[in-house]
Amino acid sequence: MTEPDSEQALARVVRDHAGRLAASLVSLLGDFSAAEDLVQDAVETALRRWPVEGVPDRPDAWLFTVARRRGLDVMRRETNYRAKLAQLTWVEPARKDDRLRLIFTCCHPALSREARVALTLRVVCGLSTAQIAAAFLLPETTVAQRLTRAKRKITEAGIPYRVPDADDLPERLDGALAVIYLLFNEGYLSSGGARAHARDLVDDAEWLASLLAGLMPDEPEVAGLLALIRLHRARGAARFDDREQLVLLADQDRGLWDHEAIGAATTLLVRAARAHRRPGPYQLQAAIAACHAEAASFESTDWVQIVVLYDMLLHLAPSPITRLHRAIAVRYAVSPEAALDELKGLDLENHALLHATRADLLRALGRDAEARECDERALALTANPAQQALLEERLSWN
Amino acid sequence: MKYVLMFVETEEFAKELEAMGDLDRENAYAAVGRWFAENGSKITHHTHLAPVHTATTMRLRRGEEPMVTDGPFVEGKEVVTGFVEVEVADLDEALKMARSWPACPIVEIRPVS
Repeated sequence: MTEPDSEQALARVVRDHAGRLAASLVSLLGDFSAAEDLVQDAVETALRRWPVEGVPDRPDAWLFTVARRRGLDVMRRETNYRAKLAQLTWVEPARKDDRLRLIFTCCHPALSREARVALTLRVVCGLSTAQIAAAFLLPETTVAQRLTRAKRKITEAGIPYRVPDADDLPERLDGALAVIYLLFNEGYLSSGGARAHARDLVDDAEWLASLLAGLMPDEPEVAGLLALIRLHRARGAARFDDREQLVLLADQDRGLWDHEAIGAATTLLVRAARAHRRPGPYQLQAAIAACHAEAASFESTDWVQIVVLYDMLLHLAPSPITRLHRAIAVRYAVSPEAALDELKGLDLENHALLHATRADLLRALGRDAEARECDERALALTANPAQQALLEERLSWN
Repeated sequence: MKYVLMFVETEEFAKELEAMGDLDRENAYAAVGRWFAENGSKITHHTHLAPVHTATTMRLRRGEEPMVTDGPFVEGKEVVTGFVEVEVADLDEALKMARSWPACPIVEIRPVS
């Protein structure tokens, strides 16, 4: 970790309160962009002052006061907003949590995917522009432009600040879950840069999924995504060795896994699945992760069950990446030859994982020369330093 | 808020329409008629354009004579065939209207400033 722990703690405090404040200010002012500017300003002030002065007893009230004062200051011309802000006093945040509306506005399909991600991090999680830029290894100006454009689009195109009605909800919820999943993936194994595993985004993804699960307790896919993230995180300590090298699942020290967290995530998943009987891609992915997490050893993994779960997943959400993962399970459930057959015709020639998997299977079949060729192709296709190191090591063995 | 829904036809869709028998084509037109009837209260204006081969484009160039060419302003496989202006609460409502549009496969939704 490059950041000191206190910065992490600070980010958590901000995250617990910034979204709530944004949600109530958007409601109050009826102007997403103006409200968001005030919150961001308060967040930046907090990030500057709290490390020096300490975190106030009531961070929520503190942020509110700064945002309100700022609003009265900058909104001289918008008398309407000023009047609303002037009347406003800090009320205990016991009233209704409006953050669900905030999430659906930030994840609206009329915004680009990049904008949805940046906006959600900034508005719901309270990240500053600089923090988002650092997490995605982007110039700060790029992120700032992205956010400005997105906020303008919300205002000018009339993107509503409300929870979608029943007709639209399933599709829009999928969209919101996709943003969280993307964030999780980006953090779990970012595709480039010096830090192969950016822990912050994974933490934000889990927090968002947990927030959404609390706000939408009757949606099993939300619980599924939360369980999926927690199951992966529970194995975090074993994923990298002392030299920051990626350790494959087969070689991980299962004693380092957080078995308590695995048990809790599995219970969450099973409860949601049983209560609603509406399977979906996230519940199935979580079930696959649970099969791995609950196996005492790599050899004793229930591969047949995993293949069945992949079949169900492919039925609901066909994708070549899922077929590739299924092929890996087929190797252990059936044979390397069968798995190699499964890889035929997959439209993934530009993915490192396809070539690395093929290399693995060929090596298992004693076809070392072909395996080496595949590893070289995989190496040329990945920008992730941890993956690169792993492939380089493999190439140096033979 | 006021929005314009711009209806865009693709080459593929035009061919499909052409290949239709009389009855199918009548049904397709009837579906469009129903859509207008169902959404009538929100539609403030609508225009159906003549086929794209009738289009003429003029490019105004500073200091020079305008250039007039035959055809639409973008030479492409997708052409605007008409539009409606609607008065609805927000983008979600406009999207809902667009979703039930029974004819051409692309609809651009833009607020009126």
